[in-house]
Formats: sequence, structure tokens, C-alpha cells
Amino acid sequence: MEYFIQQLVNGITLGSIYGLIAIGYTMVYGIIGMINFAHGDIFMIGAFVALISFIIFGLTGVALPIILLLVLLIAMLFTACYGWTVEKLAYKPLRGSFRLAPLISALGMSIVLQNYVQVSQGARVKPMQPLITGGLEFFKNSDFIVTISYLQIFIVILTIILMSIFTYLITKTDLGRAQRACEQDRTMTALLGINVDRTISITFIIGSSLASVAGMMFVLYYGVIDFYIGFLAGIKAFTAAVLGGIGSLPGAMLGGLLIGLIETFWAGYVSLEYKDVAAFSVLIIVLIFFPTGFLGKPDIEKV
Amino acid sequence: MEKKDIIQSFKDSLFTGLIALALFGPIVGLRTASKGEGLFITPQWGVVFLLVGLCILGRFLINLNSARKTEITFISKFTSKFSAITEDKAKHFAITAILFAVVFPFLPFTDRYFMDVAIMILTYIMLGWGLNIVVGLAGLLDLGYVAFYAVGAYSYALIATTFGWSFWICLPLAGVFAAFFGILLGFPVLRLRGDYLAIVTLGFGEIIRIILINWYEVTNGPDGITGIPRPSFFGLPFKRSPDEGETSFHLFFNLEYSTMHRIIFLYYLILVLALITNYFTLKIRKLPVGRAWEALREDEIACKSLGVNPTNTKLTAFAIGAMFGGFAGSFFATRQAFISPESFTFIESAIIVAIVVLGGMGSQTGVVLASIFLIGITEMFRDLEQYRMIAFGGAMVLIMVFKPKGILANRKPTILMHGEKK
Repeated sequence: MEYFIQQLVNGITLGSIYGLIAIGYTMVYGIIGMINFAHGDIFMIGAFVALISFIIFGLTGVALPIILLLVLLIAMLFTACYGWTVEKLAYKPLRGSFRLAPLISALGMSIVLQNYVQVSQGARVKPMQPLITGGLEFFKNSDFIVTISYLQIFIVILTIILMSIFTYLITKTDLGRAQRACEQDRTMTALLGINVDRTISITFIIGSSLASVAGMMFVLYYGVIDFYIGFLAGIKAFTAAVLGGIGSLPGAMLGGLLIGLIETFWAGYVSLEYKDVAAFSVLIIVLIFFPTGFLGKPDIEKV
Repeated sequence: MEKKDIIQSFKDSLFTGLIALALFGPIVGLRTASKGEGLFITPQWGVVFLLVGLCILGRFLINLNSARKTEITFISKFTSKFSAITEDKAKHFAITAILFAVVFPFLPFTDRYFMDVAIMILTYIMLGWGLNIVVGLAGLLDLGYVAFYAVGAYSYALIATTFGWSFWICLPLAGVFAAFFGILLGFPVLRLRGDYLAIVTLGFGEIIRIILINWYEVTNGPDGITGIPRPSFFGLPFKRSPDEGETSFHLFFNLEYSTMHRIIFLYYLILVLALITNYFTLKIRKLPVGRAWEALREDEIACKSLGVNPTNTKLTAFAIGAMFGGFAGSFFATRQAFISPESFTFIESAIIVAIVVLGGMGSQTGVVLASIFLIGITEMFRDLEQYRMIAFGGAMVLIMVFKPKGILANRKPTILMHGEKK
């Protein structure tokens, strides 16, 4: 039982990270109908920007909460630039091209970003000393002590805050309304005087900044990153987006949590070596039997 | 060009520079390096300023040409001229290329290194042709093609090391196994839409790799399988001193022993395998199933309404593509005599997809040119390995942006009802 609770806590933490990445996939899919394959690498870049800023601020000796806030903002800002540029360079010229063209282009972009970071930051694993230490301990009398670290609490709370801001942005503001309109009918939206290109750009910017927050959490949580983390995390987050119903924002969060839980429970109870197989199998099973996911709309093919 | 325009484009370039600074500043400019305990930062501002300067200059020049449009027409004009030439000369080109490939091992400048590179290029050509059936003809983007390559390599290695059967029995078996895996995967997933299919195949490729790493009892895990038997020349091994009661190749033909014999044999082996793949593809394109692939690629709904069963048709393409991947895999295993899961990573799939995409999906000649270009030329800059991958990915993006159908676009149906329209 105690072990189960511990796994549950770990799963929710991991799920928050996946959920934040998954939002980027699902938003882009909703608005332009493409799988942004490079999104995992945007997350990786976010992690690197966060790592670099942690090192810089670590030298100045500022108080921890201020460092966290500053790093968060810096990572969001710089990573958003990447998301914006990738969209402008690789996807925007391809609107109206054949269906697989943006996917191939995104694949190319993903290779470019990975190797770009490998060249500029080196191929070796980057370790970082833990910044947030300690935690709360429960069930002290039993054999297995459940630990909820402050870091896990921080990650979950930050995710909830960001998700609330984000939900407000999408449901209540003009920007969100424009975005939802673009999802439904781009031509009509343009006719109504909304700048579609700008709306799409903003979508990429929001998606990338959320991914960069996930990147920052990843650095803090695991303490090591390399240029290759974006691939696996990206696939898992995409699985999360599909599981929750691609195109649906609450679905992405739900899917993220589920994937996080599935992965931790699989690793905890079944087999540690095959934990990535679990994520991939879920992806395949969901796509085959359940392509609309939990909260997605059915996809009707039109002639 | 008016003054206002120049000022405008100047501002625009400065904005580009600002973005470039934001992009390159942290990632390129602040390099992290471990020193003892913890990480330290080495600034590299020189490189950043160089890159930012290049971006500003490039953007300014593009703006001056008000260029986007002219650039596109320039590139498409150039490439269409290129593809027109190659299409006319395709037959001549093919014959010349094959003749060259046949005499290549005996040319005076050919040494061991050239032979190795040539074998590698031919392996990729074969893989490219195999994948071309799936991607180019049937229009299914397969990002896990390397899984079939791996299945072929491992089934060859396991059969050959366990039962000691000869290469010529194991090769078809490896192909059959790979095709079987193709059907196994294809059957459930081929109903999916194009982009979902791509992701699922990617997942499948990764699953196969993870299983290869972790299933110690059979695959020996990350250590891989060693001591895979080398191929023999129809029963005559390439050994300096053959075992008792055996004749080796050089003794049988009264030649002096040389390691080159085996390499030359491997070269011809992969050449023949690749040409079989090509011949098979060219023939099957004219059969009903091949035509159904092309029709499916163009319009799935129309095909369904005309009574083509899309799942079965795609399944044949998938299985046949997988089979050739399996052949190439067993060749790889016998050439290396050692295989490990490291040879079958996602990046390998991406390279094969890049070859097919850059060559022009569906174009057999394009695959050859793209393989020579991507593998051969970049092989010479081996030290710049990482930059090579950046160029790979960049080329994929550029090709999609400027010439989405590949350099040698060939999406014409192989057979037309009333001959070709003029």
C-alpha cells in the first residue's frame, strides 16, 4: 500500500511534465493538423536553457525562489523564440502542401535541433546538483516510508498554476477565441479579420514556453540532461496527447497524467527495463483501437 | 528599389538579428562543460556574433532581392530542368551506372577504403529502394524501417550461429522473417491515417530495439552477437588456410590469397541484391498490385469506392518493403560479422527516409543519387559527423519547403490508360 502511494506520487509528478509537453502537440495539431515532431526537441532546448541559467544564477547567490522565477521566465522566453522560428522556417511555407510534407519537414527540424545542441553543448550528459532538497515523510511506522519531496510538490503546484492561466487564456480571452476559431475554419476566420498567421505563431510560442517549463522541471527532477532527451519525452508526450484525445486541451493534461502513471507503475511493478516499451505499446494500442482518445472528437474523412 | 524599402528591409534584418541572438546566445554562446565537480560555462561569443552577422546579412540580401518568389522559381526551374534531363536519359544513366558499378572493383584507383564506402552506399541504395516501395509507391511514411533491417540482421545472425546453416539458406529466411514482422505490424496499423502511421511505425522500431537490448537470453543484449559466419563463394570459404577436407576460394581458382577477394565478393553480392530489388520494383509497378499502390497514394477514398481493398494492398507493400529490408539486414550481419542494437537506432531510419525523400519519392534513380550524395560525399568529411546530421535535417526541411516532391519528382503513374497526354 505504501509502495503504491509512493508510485502514485511519482507518477503524478512525471505526468505533470508530460502533460505540459503534450499541450504543445495537441494545440498545434488542433490548429494546423500536423504532428509537430520537433516539439520534443523544443522541450530539450528548454531544459538546456534552464540548465544554463541555473548555473549562471547559481554563481550569484540569489535566494532560491527568485532564481526559480527568473529561470522560469528566461527559459520560457528563449524557448519561445525557438518555437516561433521553427514554425516560420519549416512549417509556414508548407501550408497546403501534401499531408506528409510538414511531418517530414518536422522530422528534419528535429534532427537539426538535436545535432545543433550536440555540436554546441557537447554530447556528454550534463549533471546538475539538486537545488530543491528535502521532503515530507509519511507512514513513518511502516516498513516503507513514503516520501513526497518539496520538488515534487513544486512541480505539481507549478503545473496547476500554469494550467489555470492557460485555461483562462484559451476560454476567456480574445486570443483564445481566435485560436479556437482557427481550429474550426481557417478561411472563415481570416475573412472575419483575424490574423491567422499571427494566431498560429502565438500557438507555437505558447506551446514552446510550456514545453520549456517542462524542460526546467526535468532538469530539476532528474538532475541530468543530454541532447537526446527530447526524443523519448516527445514520443511519450505525443502518446499522452493522443490518449487524451488530440486537439483537446484538458485531454492533453489527462493523457499526460495517465502516461506518467502507467510508466511509473509499469516500472515499479512489472519491469524496469521495459518501461519505454510500455509507453510505446500504449501509443500503438490507443491509436489502433481508440484513435479519438478520451476527450477527442471523431475525425471524419471528407472527400 | 526605393529608399523606404531599403530602410524597411534593414529594420527587418535587424529584427532577424535580434531573434538570431536570442536563438544562438544561450545555446551556442554559453557552452556548459564539466570540470571536476559540477558544470561550468565557457562563453563563446565570437561564434555567436559570426552566426548573428550571417543571419542579418542573409536576411538583408534576401530582402534586397525581394527574393522569396524569384528564389523559388529559380530552384524549381533548376531542379525541373535537372529532372527532365535525367528522365530522358534515365535508361542511359541506369546502364552506365550499372556498367560502372560492375567494373568499379577493378579500376586502378579502387582500394580497400573505396570498396568499403561503395559497399555501404550500395547497402543504403538497397534500403532506399526497399523503403521506396513503401514510401514512394504506396505513400505510407514508415519511420521504423530499421526494425525490419534489424529483424533481418538478427534472424540471419541467430540462425547462422545456432544451426550453422549457410548464407544462401539464411538469406531468404531472414527476408521471410522480416516480411512476417511487416505483416504482424502492418495488419493492425495500416488502417490508420498517414501521420499516425508514421508515429506508430516509429514506436514499433523503438520497441524492437529495446527488446534487442534487454532480451539477453537470445540477443545477448547490448553486447550483440559476435562470430557471425562470413559468406562463402558457393561453398568455397575465403580463408587463407582452409580446414581439413575443404578447398578455399583462392586455392580453387589458383589465385594468390588476398583479403580483397572477400570484399569484392561482398560488393558484388550487395550489388546483385540491390539490382534485384530495383528490378522487382520496376516490374511490380506494372502489375495490378503496383498500380493499386500508386492509386492509393494519390487518393485513398477514390480507391475504396472503386473496390480496391486498401488494407490488403498496403499490407503487401509493407511486407515486400520489409522483406527487402530483411535481405539488406542479413547482408549487413554477414559483412560486419558482428551486430548489436546500436546499429539499429531511430537515426538510421531517419537517414533512409531522408534518402527516399531527397531523391524524390518514387524515383529509383533519385534514391541512387541521394545515397551517393548523402553517404558517399559526407563519408569524406567523416570528422564533421555531427555537422553532417545537421546538414541532413536541414536538407530535408529545405527540400520540403522548395521542392516537396523531391529532387527527381516522379509521381507520374507508371501506366496510363490512353498513353501519355501531350
